[in-house]
Amino acid sequence: MIEFRNVTKRYGAVTVLDDVSFTIKSGEFVVVIGPSGCGKTTTLRTINRLIEPKPGTVFIDGKDVTLQSGVELRRSIGYVIQQIGLFPNMTVEENIAVVPKLLKYPPEECRTIVHDLLALVNMPWDEYAHKYPNQLSGGQQQRIGVLRALAASPPIVLMDEPFGALDPVTREGLQEEVKRIQKKLKKTIVFVTHDMDEALRLADTIIFMDKGKILQMASPEEMLHKPADTLIKNFLGRHIEEETPSAPKRAEEFMKKRVYTVNENVKTLQSIERMRKREVNSLVVIDDEERYLGTVSIEEIKRRGKAGRAVSEYLNTDTLTVNRNSDAKEALDKLLASTENYVIVLNDDRSVAGIITRTSTAKALGEALWGEIEA
Amino acid sequence: MNLTTLFLANWPAIARSLATHIMLVVVSVGLGTITAIPLGIVLTRHRRFAPAVLAVAGMIQTIPGLVMLGFALVLLGIGTVPALAVLTIYSILPILQNTYTGISEVSPAYTDAAKGIGMTAMQVLFKVELPLARETIISGIRISTVYIVSWATLAGMIGAGGMGDWIWTGLATYNTGYILIGAIPSALLAFAFSAALGGLQRLLTPRGLRRQP
Ligand SMILES: Nc1ncnc2c1ncn2[C@@H]1O[C@H](COP(=O)(O)OP(=O)(O)O)[C@@H](O)[C@H]1O
Ligand SMILES: [Mg+2]
Repeated sequence: MIEFRNVTKRYGAVTVLDDVSFTIKSGEFVVVIGPSGCGKTTTLRTINRLIEPKPGTVFIDGKDVTLQSGVELRRSIGYVIQQIGLFPNMTVEENIAVVPKLLKYPPEECRTIVHDLLALVNMPWDEYAHKYPNQLSGGQQQRIGVLRALAASPPIVLMDEPFGALDPVTREGLQEEVKRIQKKLKKTIVFVTHDMDEALRLADTIIFMDKGKILQMASPEEMLHKPADTLIKNFLGRHIEEETPSAPKRAEEFMKKRVYTVNENVKTLQSIERMRKREVNSLVVIDDEERYLGTVSIEEIKRRGKAGRAVSEYLNTDTLTVNRNSDAKEALDKLLASTENYVIVLNDDRSVAGIITRTSTAKALGEALWGEIEA
Repeated sequence: MNLTTLFLANWPAIARSLATHIMLVVVSVGLGTITAIPLGIVLTRHRRFAPAVLAVAGMIQTIPGLVMLGFALVLLGIGTVPALAVLTIYSILPILQNTYTGISEVSPAYTDAAKGIGMTAMQVLFKVELPLARETIISGIRISTVYIVSWATLAGMIGAGGMGDWIWTGLATYNTGYILIGAIPSALLAFAFSAALGGLQRLLTPRGLRRQP
């Protein structure tokens, strides 16, 4: 757990961090984002005491960081920078093992660590351990940069725009890798970026900063739905426009409205007639107040139906139903889990609102992706 | 008398002079190195003093050798000690300058990373800055050595011996042969030192920093 309590940092008359307070939970992936010069790097470097705030206190696991020497503190916190900063005079192996060596781990343990970490990013030890940084591509170098930060198993890793200098494809690969490693090793990561795509992709929580203050600290979803400031909205830009119409969230957004119903008192032969005309093999049965009762299928009537009887006698009440305002995911899960071909969508008064079929689902998804679709 | 006969006739004396000359060079450059490197490191830690200190060192360098020797003669008398003092002073500047530049030019990416992962100031210096500046520093020592090989011929004037003895005797007696006996080995010595230090430089340059073939 990392806690900032009223942290301020000034350079002369310039206030770089302005009374910043926040708490980061253990195991959380937190992305700090904001315009250039807003204080992201300063925030990060305050955590490992490369910068000393005044006034204000930073706590790690409840302990004031200034109670420990800066050097000791930094050896227990991983640190990755944009310029990578692998030592060019050291091999890949030596670079990864730098911190364990500073901590005087025995040589065999250092070797094991290097082996395991290289395996974690699919860089075979035989091929890479003895290479020098200038023999690696930018992406490979930053992979090693990340491994160096992980080598002494620090619970917290700080990353300052680590992928900012990489091309988009390499960057995405590394983002995935870091996210995977973070989950696997359960690290707390504080990650600085100015790229909203990256923030949305990686973050459990986003801290949005401007002019040394936190404008909003929220999950990506919450920030997308309720950006606290126009600056944040601008940063989110196309994500907001894209997200809202493209993600039908309620069941009604997946249904088709035309549903073939039949009153419970209608007779069997008439109902079969209606099914033939509509080219369907079942109908939704409703009562006089148009409330949903169940469904009736052509097979059921053919199997045990007698002429002149009301369809209510052959009612199937096991058909899946959902409320129109319920989460679409619930309806889709039900649909996928059962052998039924549809889910009936009901209004709050239990009258029939629509029906979700595999086709209507495909159509709704298609429209979200490509706009209006001819059915 | 031709040069070869002259050379062979005086060989033991020439060898003694050469040994003295080498001693003068090695001791003064050695002393210069152990003064200049720490001073250069201190300057990188207090950059605002650097321009002034480097300017002063540069000024000393421009004082003609004879004037310097004159001072040394007055202050320290005749012999090896004043010669070494003067040569040491001359050897400092190139090494100082290269140490300062070499360390200053180490990219902040490396020092920042080093500090960020928990190296102490000393570890940053010895594990990162000095290895990365090593090539430049040795190159300073090399420049200095080549200088001092020729400056050391002046030492003969105040009785410190070395190849300068032959040159000064030759000049005083209009004997070209003596002048050449002093000058040619000095020149060869300069080449030899330069080549040796060049080799050392290559040997000590970390593999990851060597230019790729
Ligand atoms: N050592 C310093 N002296 C003076 N101003 C600084 C110093 N370090 C950073 N700043 C200023 O503090 C502000 C925040 O810097 P920084 O945290 O690096 O921003 P970010 O990482 O968000 O781009 C910037 O305006 C920067 O110019
Ligand atoms: Mg920054």
